[in-house]
Amino acid sequence: MSWHVATVVGTRELTATARELTLSVPGFAGALPGQHVDVRLTAPDGYQATRAYSLAEAGDDERVDLVVDEVPGGEVSPYLTRDARPGDQVEVRGPLGGYFVWHDADPGPVLLVAGGSGVVPFLAMLRARRAAGRPAPFRLVCSVRSPHDAIEREEIDTPDPGLEVRWVYTREAPPGWPAPPRRLIADDLTARGFGPGDDTSVFACGPTGFVEAAATLLTGLGHPPARVRTERFGGA
Amino acid sequence: MGVVTRGFGGRRPEPEHEIPPGQFVTDDFPVLSAGPTPDVDESRWELTVRTETGEGTSWTWEQLMALPAEDVETDIHCVTHWTKLGTTWRGVSLDTLLADVETGAEFVMARSYGGYTTNLPLEDLLDGQAWVAYEFEGEPLEAVHGGPARLLVPHLYFWKSAKWLRGLDLMDDEDLGFWEQNGYHAYGDPWLEQRYA
Repeated sequence: MSWHVATVVGTRELTATARELTLSVPGFAGALPGQHVDVRLTAPDGYQATRAYSLAEAGDDERVDLVVDEVPGGEVSPYLTRDARPGDQVEVRGPLGGYFVWHDADPGPVLLVAGGSGVVPFLAMLRARRAAGRPAPFRLVCSVRSPHDAIEREEIDTPDPGLEVRWVYTREAPPGWPAPPRRLIADDLTARGFGPGDDTSVFACGPTGFVEAAATLLTGLGHPPARVRTERFGGA
Repeated sequence: MGVVTRGFGGRRPEPEHEIPPGQFVTDDFPVLSAGPTPDVDESRWELTVRTETGEGTSWTWEQLMALPAEDVETDIHCVTHWTKLGTTWRGVSLDTLLADVETGAEFVMARSYGGYTTNLPLEDLLDGQAWVAYEFEGEPLEAVHGGPARLLVPHLYFWKSAKWLRGLDLMDDEDLGFWEQNGYHAYGDPWLEQRYA
């Protein structure tokens, strides 16, 4: 698997810390929804730094959409969220990861559980579902600190037949929200048609602590561990 | 050298400490697991080594604790690019566990509670290169990091160090484990950057 030269062709601020970067990557063969890529930056003296980022949009073209959330004090993400601008070049290798993937031919129900920027691979799945015109029922549960931290909220909230969305606010809820801020609970993950008996495919992505808590709730609800795919970031 | 990224300075690792290509040093201990963390109680924990002829040898938790333990200080390298320096572990050497196992096999499939698998050459588990580790930094190994006991094979990428270890199957022929079937390298030497198949 080789590195491809990638040119930034667009950037879009999504939240105070998260930004979408669109890259043009000649030779990139496309990706499945849920996959990620390695991104490599090279300093003038040849020093290189590489990090993995989820793709926000899958597809079969040479365009790569990343959403990067800034890690405070990080080495690579602050460059991508603040400094990178159209025309800048990085390198991309991928797509990577054949397991945390939704196949658009799979008609079964899908339960997606996102903590913070863990929603990014799920954006790729939602977009692929929409593009394919597939009837697979989706339920997306998004846990965010506050409304300001919600990535692509407008797109996620756009009515889409067969898609259910639940937002969970952990620190600050929007004005008029019917519940005080709280952490994810089992009730958020329980919905008709998305239970263990429905042969539901479950994906959970987010910071390690969030995914641990979500996976414990999910297996407690009876979802077989083998049907719960996880992707974690950060330490424990 | 690839293209230069305008405006990227980057940080340099501590110059005295060499790390494998493409890695960066973190003080965190990130968690990468394909599924939920299994809840494995020590009272029902068991480790089984099965030879290519099907003969099995098993240890309970008490039996593992009764074996001579070693303290290990090592750097660990994850395929997702982080390296953690100077980690300390305590566990039982595979040389000890495999001392009385009769085998002509060349390959091993490590199996975990929860269903994870990873393949390794047997020779990479011998001669002081691998342990069944149950303490990290002086504390019992947390479940999220593979407790009660995980394989520790620090000279390979860390996905080879199977969490929640329950068995080692010795095999005549190489078979691929979980990540190895999902696009990762069959061997995984970090110094040769053997990340992907």
